[in-house]
Amino acid sequence: MNVILIAVIVLGAIGLIAALVLYFTSKKFAVKEDPRIGQVNEVLPGANCGGCGFPGCGGMASACVKAADAGSLEGLNCPVGGQPVMEKVAAILGMKVEASAPKLAVVRCNGTCENRPRTVIYDGVKSCRIANTTCMGETACAYGCLGCGDCVNACQFGAIKMNETTGLPEVDTTKCTACGACAKACPRNIIEIRTMKGAKKMGVVVECMNKDKGAVAMKACKAACIACQKCVKVCTFDAIHVENNVAYIDPEKCRNCRKCEQECPKKVIHAINMPALKPKPAPEAAATAAKPAAAPVKPTSPEAPKAPAAPKTEA
Amino acid sequence: MANQLTVSLSPHVHSGDSVSKNMYGVLIALIPALLCSFIYFGLGAILVTAVSVASCVFFEWAINKYMLKNSQTTICDGSAILTGVLLAFNVPSNIPLWILILGALFAIGVVKMTFGGLGCNLFNPALAGRAFLLISFPVQMTTWPVPGQAFMTVDGETAATPLALLKQMAKSDDLSAIDQMPDSLSMLIGNTGGAMGEVCELAILIGFCYMLWKGIITWHIPVSIVATVFVFAGLLHLADPLHYANPVYQVVSGGLLLGAVFMATDYVTSPMSKKGQIVYGVAIGFLTIVIRTWGAYPEGMSFAILIMNAFTPLINTYFKPKRFGEVVKK
Amino acid sequence: MKTFRIGGVHPAENKLSAAEPIKVAELPKVAVFPMGQHIGAPAKPVVAKGDKVKVGTMIAEAGGFVSAPIYSSVSGTVLKVDTVVDASGYAKPAVYITVEGDEWEESIDRSTELVTLNDRPELTSKDIIEKIKNAGVVGMGGACFPTHVKLSPPPGSKPEWVIINAVECEPYLTADHRLMLEHADEILVGVTLLMKAVNVNKGYIGIENNKPDAIKLMTERAKQFSQFDIEVVPLKVKYPQGGEKQLIDAVVGRQVPAPPALPVSVGAILQNVGTAYAVYEAVMKNKPLFERIVTVTGKSLAHPSNFLVRMGTPMSQLIDACGGLPEDTGKVIGGGPMMGKALMNTEVPICKGSSGVLIMNDKEARRAEAQPCIRCAKCVGACPMGLEPYLLSKLSAYADWERAEAEDITSCIECGSCSFTCPSHRPLLDQIRLGKATVMGIIRSRNVK
Repeated sequence: MNVILIAVIVLGAIGLIAALVLYFTSKKFAVKEDPRIGQVNEVLPGANCGGCGFPGCGGMASACVKAADAGSLEGLNCPVGGQPVMEKVAAILGMKVEASAPKLAVVRCNGTCENRPRTVIYDGVKSCRIANTTCMGETACAYGCLGCGDCVNACQFGAIKMNETTGLPEVDTTKCTACGACAKACPRNIIEIRTMKGAKKMGVVVECMNKDKGAVAMKACKAACIACQKCVKVCTFDAIHVENNVAYIDPEKCRNCRKCEQECPKKVIHAINMPALKPKPAPEAAATAAKPAAAPVKPTSPEAPKAPAAPKTEA
Repeated sequence: MANQLTVSLSPHVHSGDSVSKNMYGVLIALIPALLCSFIYFGLGAILVTAVSVASCVFFEWAINKYMLKNSQTTICDGSAILTGVLLAFNVPSNIPLWILILGALFAIGVVKMTFGGLGCNLFNPALAGRAFLLISFPVQMTTWPVPGQAFMTVDGETAATPLALLKQMAKSDDLSAIDQMPDSLSMLIGNTGGAMGEVCELAILIGFCYMLWKGIITWHIPVSIVATVFVFAGLLHLADPLHYANPVYQVVSGGLLLGAVFMATDYVTSPMSKKGQIVYGVAIGFLTIVIRTWGAYPEGMSFAILIMNAFTPLINTYFKPKRFGEVVKK
Repeated sequence: MKTFRIGGVHPAENKLSAAEPIKVAELPKVAVFPMGQHIGAPAKPVVAKGDKVKVGTMIAEAGGFVSAPIYSSVSGTVLKVDTVVDASGYAKPAVYITVEGDEWEESIDRSTELVTLNDRPELTSKDIIEKIKNAGVVGMGGACFPTHVKLSPPPGSKPEWVIINAVECEPYLTADHRLMLEHADEILVGVTLLMKAVNVNKGYIGIENNKPDAIKLMTERAKQFSQFDIEVVPLKVKYPQGGEKQLIDAVVGRQVPAPPALPVSVGAILQNVGTAYAVYEAVMKNKPLFERIVTVTGKSLAHPSNFLVRMGTPMSQLIDACGGLPEDTGKVIGGGPMMGKALMNTEVPICKGSSGVLIMNDKEARRAEAQPCIRCAKCVGACPMGLEPYLLSKLSAYADWERAEAEDITSCIECGSCSFTCPSHRPLLDQIRLGKATVMGIIRSRNVK
């Protein structure tokens, strides 16, 4: 009997002391956190991709709360969850969020193995960053894709894959969240996080970055922008400009009419998420494509000063 | 231009050294000790070595192929063969073969491959295999055959190892143990009981010289271990010569030299900087004597090395090589 | 015998062309002068298409203090100002000159007569540095740091010695070796000029003892300049002894602290032996830097040779003079095998820093496949800076820049000893170089803030 009593008392005492210690420490060392941070964190995707520019979803949540207290959620965007998530966040914080345009990662190089003849063999670490410091790459183009796949490794969502035949990365537009990790990983800034139009995320892009003069670029790559200005002339919206020997389509001004795509002699301008053009003029198709795009979409401009874009081969 | 040039970053030449060259270099250094064990323990030793090597290589191949689905085969680099030989060196020559195969499975399967294979393991596979066997099968692992009876059957006589006798001496006042101990010279050439590879110290020293000459290892780890054992055991001996054996005896007995030369110097599990290697060696020497003198097991070398293996990452963090220009700064 | 204290490796020397006297290379048909031949700001072209130039006419002026002018090595007409793929593997601005005849600027003294400081006692330190600056002299060892900048130490530092780097620790290269054998006196006068320029009384010439003939000759000839204390120091053969920090350690036993400390912080001014020769010609002969000694070598090459080459000459011309590019060529390297740059094509012109052209066959050119690190610590033992290459390359691969900086990645001298020695053939230096560049960028942007 005694034994049982002692055991009960001892255990009870330990339990009591431990409970007291826990109680006081939790009081003493309590970290006060805005409960809204936890709530916001709940609705965030939890992928911790860093695409928003903050260290993980927790960082984004506290940034949102802070921004809400300051009066506006502007500039904060979860690229993974997109509009629906940001609306939920805004609801928790009693704010309104403005519609942000859909974005996609776009690879601006079309120098496939076929278009860009190989001039040397790169025999080093399979890393674009290291290849970029070694020489201009395996081809004579100092601006094009190096093909070592740093972007593929950077993508957390499996949205970029290397196409073995072309040697270029391809973005799966259904998986891409425009988090920008690939664009950061690319030492040549070939990948652009570009504002697209409509639910289908459509857009027209010059897939070349070659700033060499036309003749030099042509020698290096059959699908290089040669800055012939034809696209500039055909564009009725003043969306295309040639700078540094390469054309660039301003996504804010472009209405996806695809005239430039047809005009480009080097086939450098490509439409994304749009049906292939019929061989010759198809003005109706272009017009219909343009109409929904004209809807009130407010895109945030990506890399404002960059004005060039270039043509690519093949559709 | 006709032929495409290759472009890569400098340097454009290589020393020609390779992983397998180092592994086979160690194997060559093990040949004298291997021959000695064949001479002393006869057929049993050959059989044990062959089975150990074959099972280690087989397990590595099988795990690579069927579990990791690695197309690249790593068995040609010689590391599995080396583990096999070292494991064989650490067991008595009359050990039942199924136990040995179990040890090989543990060494390769658990200690090496689960961590990612060559270069990733935290502990020395052969030693961990030995420790596993020693704990699981203490009787079979400590039943030593008498050496010098080549072509004996595995059921022959058994002998106590010098270390067991030392332990007896330290633990009790029964001084009769001293009379049974072989002299230092016969210990040096290996005419004593013990695990297969550890008996002939002279052969191990030949291997050590070969590896130093080939630049496979540096002197730091082996010398610091032996020196520590010598000094520490010497102090104990001076304090109480009756209970503690003389330091020369400690150095030449048991697996100390084998461990110091072939086990502690294992690339993967030893520290990187010279300073770190000396700290590692001193700690191993110290722990060995502590275990030998006061521990439960007569031999402490393998446990000392395994314990220090666990400290290697820590040593790597705190003991950096001397940077160029540091001297001037101070 | 003296050598540096930490690390080092010993690559096969392969000095195939050591016994080949220097030959004068033929003039090219078109000479190409890249504007970025030195560390620092690229030079600015001062000629335009159609201009006539002579040998020694300035074609580009220095683009800043840390920069150097470029002079024409040929006479003829400027063909165009365009770009050329240089040793960096990228197209850089360059001046093309069509060669017509060989007419030299009259100010250049073309006699071979030796002029010493005794003949020109009026030369002051300032004069010498000014002449070096105007002649476009840069470090001839390969780094191409403008010489006049090195000779203008920051205030507060006091040079004690001039150390001449005649180590030539790169395998294959023999240009400096031949230069010493054939122009010992001129080099020694150059050394005296350098010593006078920075006002020091002690000069060292460090030579590795695989060149005993050069050691003997230089020691003997140095005696005639007894008013200057010039000492020839034989050094044990070990790579990278030609690294400036390593050479200072080897010769005077002092270690330069980690960057940004300069060699002068321990009292040493380092110059390459080729630079000493160029300084002599610039100061005493009024000859700007437009030609240099180049070793063209390789096991597969028919006749490995040393040439006196006008800058701007395409490498292919030199290779042809050595028996042509072998069929099985896999790699053409500008410089030595340890630190040289693999070239994209053989039309790359010879520049101020081109010490050699090395041809490797397909088999030599290919790197072996990298295996897992076995933590053998051989890279740690080989690193002459006392770094841990295995760790740095890992940190760099995982983009842990903070820790890489803490582990002194910026101290790396990119000598390649780690990659050279790695039994697993891991491209350690590739990763470390990237990490070093990134960390340096981070430090710079931090300092700007």
